[in-house]
This record gives sequence, structure tokens and C-alpha cells, in this order.
Amino acid sequence: MNPTRRGLLVGTAAAAATTALGACATSATEGDSAGKGAVSAENPLGVPADANLEVVVFKGGYGDAYAVDAGAKYKAKFPKVTVDHKGIQGVGEVLQPRFVADSPPDVVDNSGAGRLDLATLVAAGKLKDLTELLDAPSLDDPAKKVRDTLMPGVIEDGTFDGKPLVLNYSSVVWGIWYSKSLFAKHGWTFPKTWDEMLTLNDEIKKAGLHAWTWQGKYPEYLNDPLVSLAAKAGGFELVKSIDNLEAGAWKSPAMMAAAEAIYQLAVRGHIMPGSEGLSHTEAQNAWCKGQVAFIPCGSWLEGEQQAVTPAGFDMVMAPVPSLTGSDKLADGAVMATSSESFVVPAKAKNVQGGLEYLRILFSKQVARGFAENAKSLPVVAGATDGLTLTSGLGSVAQSVAGAGANVFSYKFRTWYAPLSKAVDDATGELATKRINPAQWAERVQKAADAVAADSSIAKHKR
Amino acid sequence: MRHGKYRFLLGALTLPLALYGLLVLWPYLQAFYLAFTDWTGVTSEVNLIGIDNFTRMWSDPLFLAALRHNGLMLLAVPLAVIVVALGLAAGTRGTRVYRVVYFFPQLLSVAIIAVLWQFVYTPNSGLLNGLLTGLGLDSWRHSWLAEPDLALWCVIAVLIWSAIGFYVVLFAAAMESVPADIMEAAAIDGAGELTVFRRITLPLIWDSVQVAWIYLGILALDGFALVQIMTVGPGGPDNSTEVMGLTLYRTAFTYSKFGYASAMGVAIFFLSLTLAVLMLKFTRREKVELA
Repeated sequence: MNPTRRGLLVGTAAAAATTALGACATSATEGDSAGKGAVSAENPLGVPADANLEVVVFKGGYGDAYAVDAGAKYKAKFPKVTVDHKGIQGVGEVLQPRFVADSPPDVVDNSGAGRLDLATLVAAGKLKDLTELLDAPSLDDPAKKVRDTLMPGVIEDGTFDGKPLVLNYSSVVWGIWYSKSLFAKHGWTFPKTWDEMLTLNDEIKKAGLHAWTWQGKYPEYLNDPLVSLAAKAGGFELVKSIDNLEAGAWKSPAMMAAAEAIYQLAVRGHIMPGSEGLSHTEAQNAWCKGQVAFIPCGSWLEGEQQAVTPAGFDMVMAPVPSLTGSDKLADGAVMATSSESFVVPAKAKNVQGGLEYLRILFSKQVARGFAENAKSLPVVAGATDGLTLTSGLGSVAQSVAGAGANVFSYKFRTWYAPLSKAVDDATGELATKRINPAQWAERVQKAADAVAADSSIAKHKR
Repeated sequence: MRHGKYRFLLGALTLPLALYGLLVLWPYLQAFYLAFTDWTGVTSEVNLIGIDNFTRMWSDPLFLAALRHNGLMLLAVPLAVIVVALGLAAGTRGTRVYRVVYFFPQLLSVAIIAVLWQFVYTPNSGLLNGLLTGLGLDSWRHSWLAEPDLALWCVIAVLIWSAIGFYVVLFAAAMESVPADIMEAAAIDGAGELTVFRRITLPLIWDSVQVAWIYLGILALDGFALVQIMTVGPGGPDNSTEVMGLTLYRTAFTYSKFGYASAMGVAIFFLSLTLAVLMLKFTRREKVELA
């Protein structure tokens, strides 16, 4: 099973939904950190050398080899203890009674369909503040703090009411995919700007191929390039104004231009006919068969298509091109979020051990194993340096490296599901030319205003 | 003796009634209660908010669209299924093979039916478009499930297709119980096939038709599984195939508004109930006694 779009959304939904609720949590009771041993350069978190460690990890699409690996390294460091590793599904079912009884494990990867609701855990003060870990020296380079070894946005993803309580392990990046070999054969290069994209699309059509397809049955797939283009043109301020439901944000020039850009694909006949009726597998398979040049998707595509990708296809992902000549974000800016939520329960018996385990888990060496086994990008910066990556994963890593600090993500999808649906519906209509960009913006803005005015929907700010 | 009888009845009924109460009535009562709350489904905190959920429902464009679509299905599905099933049942009297074939869709789970038909409708490699091209009707090709004007009809067609088999068998069985001598007498009196059907057969199997009407009405108020699996979105494109069950499901599990979703459930419950009563009332005919 590969991590799918919907799985990821569900995973990040919980993380995102918590921010406002966290604000109500009056007291995040810090667990009475049972034993703390002597602090040293080797043991900066003061882990007691004789306290056992219990780790419960969600074993899903990414497997749990990386967590087992971290456990083995922990054991090597503290030979007197036993490390009890459990890789399970249905994390919530197993752990709910233990959280209620305040006898939780020392580390939990709270992920997968049956995970516990993070909002509830945060509000009840069941999670340990991870600041101590983030400020500890990293395992790879003691001169660097753990917080400085992570990709941009990762700590923010797990911060609630100003407190870092969750650390996500896997990075998800969105972009536009194409076959390197197909492009080499025709002498095409991936466009830098949207104008170049449209020009290249005409050329692709002349070569007898379709330029674009998309997973029409789930219109959110085409939203990703649309809102990415808008973010590039409008910068972080635009992203924030959208997420904060500011009046007229969806009608801002950058957003309108992005809608126009996607609309042009439809107007100019750059989209494979019938795409609007294809499921994600049907569209992706048509692309893998070389009938289509581009498809928008997240970084899981390579894993998802593994079984049907012909040899020598060499799929690569590129960040969405710049929208205008005067974009606010730099060229390589890319949309990314993270998943696989690791937490240390506040009432764990061995809190310091839990933190130390995470320090090991978020080291380059363990993260490399994750990249190799799970074919996904870990959030540890530079973890994949020097590895021979598959063509897709390599391109994803390259995109992230190239983006630097220009990594953005929208929260509205997970904060406001009704708005998310309205955007999906509107984009589906836009891509079939049943509405134009002005009507698109009108509709979506109306939906955003409705959410803002609905007192039954909890509001969030960023 | 009497005493023993009651003891027996009590012993036999206690367990089933208790189970019925616990597993059927209790959840119903809970849903009725939740319909008046703002329960989010994940906390133990539940606030009573009066009839807010119900007033919200009548101004919720999505729920109203769903209501319209279910209404359309209610008009189309029972009528089409009953007419076709009656025709097939009458036309295949005595040939059991066809009836077995017609019954096949009934053996498939609704999920499989939905997936199969999704493949039939898929634009570029689908059976339907392929067939049209084969017949030289290229201009009739469509993205069937992705066009707002067509999508709901495509779903209705599948609903009809999957329901017909059962009612062919039901009506055929009912027709078999019509005494042959009445039919023969009618034939001798010079009644044509159509007259026999209209004047003899139909009145004598009216009970079955009445039952069919109610069952199909309830089926038409649902349609959730087909829409959820087959359609764009699901419920699209642009909400053109939204049905009440889907709105309810999304409200509960995507929007985490279990109170509001329960209110929708209560509304659907009363709609179905009203429908059944109305159907029984308006399709009532004088009973024909066969003696």
C-alpha cells in the first residue's frame, strides 16, 4: 500500500485541526519527568541509563524499518535497557485506554486511519513539549541544534499554541511530473514560466501527444498547481490571507492570474479530452503509457505507479513554473507538507528516553534508511545527500534543496473542509470551461465568506 | 395450560425484543437526540441547540440539491423498473433461463456494480464510448459521468439496471400464482394478450406491484453507494449527482458535524416513512378474492 493523497490529507487534517483548539488548552501539563539521569555531551537529554523504552509506531505505507533501526541504535547506546518496539495499525484503538489511564508508551507515531485525534490529546495536555529536544545538539553534528537539521516548515506543522508538540517524519512535495526520457527524445525542457509552459504545450500537441492530463474524478489534484502558482505570484502573504479567510483573498490578482493560467490549459486544448472523467489511476496510467506529457501530483506518485511504469520512463517532478516575471517567491519555490506524526506522551515513564529516541530517529543515518526503504523523503535536511535515489525521489529531493526557505503550504484544506470542497468543485468546472476564472473566483470567494460567517465552524489563524 | 403458554411466549420473545431494542431502537433514539445537538463526534462534550440543525438544513444548498436529485430518482426509478420488470416477466412466461439471467445483477454487490459501470462510462477506453464508435456514432461520445447534465441520468440508469432482475422474479412468481383457468376463460371470451394483462394479470398481482413501489421508493431515496463510488467528486461534477445519503456522510465524517448529520438522518427517516404511507394509500385497490 502506498501512501495516497487521501491518506495524507487525513493525516495532516488532524495536525492542522488542532491549532485553534490548542489555544483553548489552558494548561499543557508537563509530565513529571520521572527519572532524569546525569547530563553529558554524550547524553545531552539526561536519559537514565537503566530505564526501559517503549515505542509504538504506525506500520502503514512507509513500513516501520526506520523506527526499528532507531530502536537498535538506542539499545546500542544504552545496553542495559530493553527497547520494546511495536509496529501496529489502529494506533488509536490500542493507545486510547492507555492515554486515559496515564500509562502511555514513551514514543508514539500517531498516524494512519485509526490514529488518535491530536486536538483531543493537545487540549488534554497529554503531549510533552519538544522544545528541549529541538534545542539539543543533533546526533550528526553536535554544533548544530536538532531544530536546525529539519526542513523548513516541519516544526511549524507540529506547533500548537506556540508549543512544538509533534514532529512529522515524512515530507510530501507537490509539483508537475514528466518523463525525462520522453522529453529528451523530443528535445523538450521543462518550462521556467507559465508562458513557456503554454508555448511548449503547443509544441507537444504538434508532436501528436497530449500536453496535460489530470485526475479529473478528484479535482483537488488540479487545485495543487493552481494554488501553487498563486502562492508563487502572491508570496507568503497571499497564502496567509487565504488561510485566514480574509475578504477578497480569492479575488486577489495573484489568485485570479493562477485561475486564468489553469483555464488557459483548457481553452487552448492542452488537456487530454476525457481527463475530467478519469480516476487518478486511469489518468496516471495514461501518462505512464507516454500518451501525455504532464500530470500534476504529489511526491507519492513514483511509489504509486511503481507496478505500471515502463523501464526507462525516468519520471521526475518539477516545481510548478513561475506565474509571472515578477513573482514574489523565488523560482524554485515549492509546496510541501509533512506526515507521520511522532509525539512523546507527557505521562510517559521514560520521557527523556522518548526524546532521545526521537533525536536518534531524526538523525541523518536513520533518515537515509527511511528514504531507501520507504522511497519517500524524510524531513531531515540533506539526509539523502550522496544516496543513489530513484529518478522520481531524486527529483523531489532536488526540488526541496533548490527551494531553500521558499517552501509553502496552505492550511485551508484541512482547517475548512467545506471551503476545500467548494474549491474542488469550482476547479473541476474551470478545467472543463463550464465557468471562467472570474466566475471561479466569485464562487470560491462566496464559499470562503460563508465559512467565515458560519459560527459553527471553529476558526484558525496563522 | 394457559400459564405455560405465556411463559413460553415470554421466554421466546425476551431475547429478540431486547436485542431489537438495543441494536435498532436505541440507536434510532440516540440519532433523534443527537439531531438536536452540536456533537462533533470526537469529544464527550454535547450541547443541545434546539432545532438549529433543522433550520440550517432547509437553507443548505447542498442538502436541497440532494433532495431534488433524490426526488427525480423517486419519479424515474420505481416507474421504470416496474414497467420494464412487468414487461419482462410477462414476456418470458415459462422460460426460466431468461429469469435467471435477469437476476444476475442482483447477485453482485453494489460496490462491484458501481466499479463495473464506472469502467463502462469511462471516457477514453470505456465500453459505452467504444460501442458508439463501433456503431459509427462518434458524435454521441461523452464524458458520461463528468458532464453535469448527464451524470445523474447515468447513475439512475445503473440503479434501474441493478434493480430490475429482482422484480422480474418477484412479478413472475406472482403471475404464476394467477389461476390458468381465469386466463383461459378470458382468452376464450376473446380478450387479447394486452387486455388479459391489463384486466386480469395486473389486478391479480397488484399486491406485489404495491410492495415493489415502496421498496423502489426507498431505494430511490438512497443511491449513496453508487454515487460515492462512481461519480466525480463524489457527488459531482459540481454537485450534480449529490444525494441525501452522501450529504449526510460528508457532513458527519468529513466536516465532523455529527449533530447536523443526525438531523439529516432524521429528515430522511420521516421522508421514507411518509413516502411508504402515501404509496400504500394511493396505490390501494379493491382486493380481488380468488376463491
